[in-house]
Amino acid sequence: MKSMKRWQMAVAAGVLALGATVAAQKVQITGAGATFPAPIYSKWFSEYNKLHPNVEVNYQALGSGAGIRQITAGTVFFGATDGPMTNDQLLAAPGKILHFPTVLGAVVPVFNVTGVNDLKFTGTLLADIFLGKIVKWNDAAIAKVNPGVTLPNLDITVAHRSDGSGTTYIFMDYLGKVSPEWKKKVGVAQSVNWPVGLGGNKNDGVSAIVKQTPGAIGYVELVYALQNKISYGSVQNAAGEFISATIESVTAAAAEGSAKMPADFRVSIVNAEGKGVYPISSFTWLLLYENPKDKATSKTFMDFMTWMLTDGQKFAKDLGYAPLPAAVVKMEQDALKKIKTQ
Amino acid sequence: MKFRLTTGAIASVIVFIVAGIAWTLWDQAALAIHKFGWQFWQTSIWDPVSGEFGARPFIWGTLYSAILAILISTPIAIGIAVFLSDWCPASLRAPLVFVTELLAAIPSIVYGLWGIFVLVPAVREFQVALPDWIRAMPMFSGPPVGVSMLSAALVLAIMIIPYTSSIAREVLKSVPATQREAAYALGATRWEATRVALHYARTGIFGAVMLGFGRALGETMAVTMVIGNNPQVKWSLFAPQYTMAAVIANEFSEAADELHLDALVEIGLVLFAITLIVNVGSRLLLWQMNRERKPKQRATAPAEEAA
Repeated sequence: MKSMKRWQMAVAAGVLALGATVAAQKVQITGAGATFPAPIYSKWFSEYNKLHPNVEVNYQALGSGAGIRQITAGTVFFGATDGPMTNDQLLAAPGKILHFPTVLGAVVPVFNVTGVNDLKFTGTLLADIFLGKIVKWNDAAIAKVNPGVTLPNLDITVAHRSDGSGTTYIFMDYLGKVSPEWKKKVGVAQSVNWPVGLGGNKNDGVSAIVKQTPGAIGYVELVYALQNKISYGSVQNAAGEFISATIESVTAAAAEGSAKMPADFRVSIVNAEGKGVYPISSFTWLLLYENPKDKATSKTFMDFMTWMLTDGQKFAKDLGYAPLPAAVVKMEQDALKKIKTQ
Repeated sequence: MKFRLTTGAIASVIVFIVAGIAWTLWDQAALAIHKFGWQFWQTSIWDPVSGEFGARPFIWGTLYSAILAILISTPIAIGIAVFLSDWCPASLRAPLVFVTELLAAIPSIVYGLWGIFVLVPAVREFQVALPDWIRAMPMFSGPPVGVSMLSAALVLAIMIIPYTSSIAREVLKSVPATQREAAYALGATRWEATRVALHYARTGIFGAVMLGFGRALGETMAVTMVIGNNPQVKWSLFAPQYTMAAVIANEFSEAADELHLDALVEIGLVLFAITLIVNVGSRLLLWQMNRERKPKQRATAPAEEAA
C-alpha cells in the first residue's frame, strides 16, 4: 500500500515536471486594437503558430481607441490602430512608442440609385453630399462628372458608421484633405458630429441601409465590398483620373506614399499624388514600445514581425488588403532594429 | 444567529456593488462632469472632434423609445396573460407559455438582425403608403428611411412582451380563487370575473410593466441596429434618433480622447441615475397603491355589486 502511494507520487511529479517544461517554452503574447485589420492579424497569428507552435498571440479586436489606451496603460504587449497616434497621445505614454505599418486598406463609396450601376465621384462632390449641401441625385454637380448617366430626381440619404471606426477615420481624413469646409465644420476623427444622415452599426449596418433605401449613399471598407460583391463608385485622384478601388490601385497609393514616408511611419496617404492611385487608402499600424519591459517576449515578437513583413505579406491579397510596398518593408526592417530585445 | 449574520453579510454585498458602480462612474466621468456641469443634461451638441458633449438627445431617445415600447407592449402582454390564466384551454396553455417565454431567450442581436432585414423595410413601406395629410403631421413627418424611432419601439415592445406577460400571468394566477368565486356568486359574467381579478392584481401588473420598462431603457444592441443613430430631439416616429446605451456601445471602443471617454462614462452615469429614479418612483407608486387598497376595498365592494 505504501509503495503504491510512492509510485503514484512519482508519476504525479513526473507529469508536473513535464507540464512545467512545456509551459516554460510556450510564449503567450497579447495585443489589442483596431478591428479593421483583425481578419489579417488572426490569419497571421494562426499561420505563425503553425510554424512556431510555442508562440501564441492573443489579439483582441476592441477598436483603435482601446488599442491606444491599452498599450499606454501597459496592459498589452502591442497595440494596433487605424489612425496614427497624436503627439499628445504619444507624450502621455510612459515610454517611447513606435508605429509599424502592416498592410493597407481602402474605403469605397457605395450607393443605391435606381437604374444606375456605375458612378464617378470627385472629392468635393463626396464632401458636399456628406455635408448635406447636395440633396438630390440629379444635382448639376453630380451630372457634370457623370456625363451620359441618367440620374433620377431622387433625394439623397446619407448613411454613415455609428460606431467609432478606423473606416470612418480614413474617410474623414480624405474628406478633410479635399474639402477645407469639411475640415472646418466637421473635422477628422474616429467619431464625428455628422451634419446629415443615418448611422448604421458596422459595415453591415451601413450596407443594409444603403441596400434598402433608394437614394442612399454610404461608405464601407474595400474588403467588405469585395467579399459581399457590393458595387461601388470610382473616385477622382489628385492626378485627375477616376480610379476604382482594387488591391493594385491601393498598393500604388502606398508606393507613392512611401516616397515621402517619415521616419516614424505616421503618414497619411489619402489623396496621394501620382497616376493610377486610389485616393481613399490608408496604412494600418502596430504599436510597440521601443524599450519594452519583457525582453524575452520582445525577442519572440521581433521574429514574428520579421516574418510578417516578408512571408506574411502574401496572405494580405486573399483577404482584400493591399500588401506593403517593398520600399516600406525595407524601412521597417531597419526600424525594427531599434526595438530592444535584451 | 450565525446564519443571520452570514446571509446579512451576503445581502450587504449587493448594496456595496451598487454604491461601487455609482462611485466608479462618477470618478471616471470627472473630467466631463467638471467641464460641463448641469449643462450636460440640457445641451444637444455631441461633437467628439471639437470636444463638445451634451446628453439631451440621448436622454430623449432612451425615454421616448422605452415609453413607446411599453405603450405598445402593455395591452398585448396583459392580453396574453389574461388569456393564459383565465380563458385558455388547458391543452393549449403549456405550448403558449413556452412560446412566449422563448421570446425572452432570443439574444438581442438576433432581434436586431430581424429588425434591420424585416422590420425596417416594412416600416419604410408603411410610411410611404401613408396618405400625405398624415405624413404632414409632426408625429409622422420626415423622409422615408425605415431606421427610426418607430422601428426601435416595435423591436423593444416585442422584446419586453415576454417579461411583462409572464409576470402578469403569475400575478393573475395568485389571485385567490375566492375573488373570482365571489364575483360569480354575485352573478358576474366570465369577463366581469376577469375584471375583478385584474383589479385585485393591479399592483403586481404595474410591477410587471415597470420591469419591462427597465429592460427597454437599457437595451442596446437591437436598438442601435434599427434606430438610425442620429442624435436629435424629435417627436416624429419616423425620425432616426439615438439612445444612451447605443452611443456608449458605439463610441466607447474607439474613443481615445480623454474628454470623449469621460463624456461617454457620464452618459452611463445619467442612464444609471434615470434607471434609479424610475425604479424608486415605481416602488413609491406601488407602496402608495398598496396603502390605499385596504380602506378602499370596502368602499368599492358595493360599487362592484351594482355593476
